[in-house]
Amino acid sequence: MTKADIVETIYERVGFSKKESAELVETVFDVIKEALVSGEKVKFSGFGNFIVREKNARKGRNPQTGEQIQLEARRVLTFKPSLVLKNELNQAPEGRDEPSTF
Amino acid sequence: MTKSELIERVALLAPHISKKDTETVVNTVFESLVSSLKSGERIEIRGFGSFQVKLREAREGRNPKTGEEVEIPAKRTPFFKVGKELKERIAARRREELTQDGDS
Repeated sequence: MTKADIVETIYERVGFSKKESAELVETVFDVIKEALVSGEKVKFSGFGNFIVREKNARKGRNPQTGEQIQLEARRVLTFKPSLVLKNELNQAPEGRDEPSTF
Repeated sequence: MTKSELIERVALLAPHISKKDTETVVNTVFESLVSSLKSGERIEIRGFGSFQVKLREAREGRNPKTGEEVEIPAKRTPFFKVGKELKERIAARRREELTQDGDS
């Protein structure tokens, strides 16, 4: 699934034009991105939390060449899925096999 | 930021759309993501990242309190991988702030 599929669903369900639907979906993701870039925690109940973590500078090694490199201080984005989402993914709806044969 | 704060911020940027419609749009985005993950589909949002459902194999576990062996069933787990562009912007912000601190 891509953004285009979400746009299509909004077009069908909400009745905006395709152009408007596309702009709105773009805005939704832009707002999320800006919050994360500014270091904000983003919590969506029923879906999960996006958390920006601070990483300190450290010495690393290129695993292929063994060469020592300096890793700079940076922030990384992590996603912690909500329990609700995890549970939903593990209910087998009709017409689908159990997770073990997925 | 929570989902209701997201709705408020989107509403500010789209003043020609009613609050109720903004709410429907945001909820539809999340419903689409969830239903896609439920069907096991991979999601790719350009400029943001991708979501994928991976299968965790069943394994033998142990109750840490009692030491008793338990069977942990196979389960599906959602994973998120941040897109390159966003990853770089988030990483760069830290460097900018460190540089600013050093200057002041």
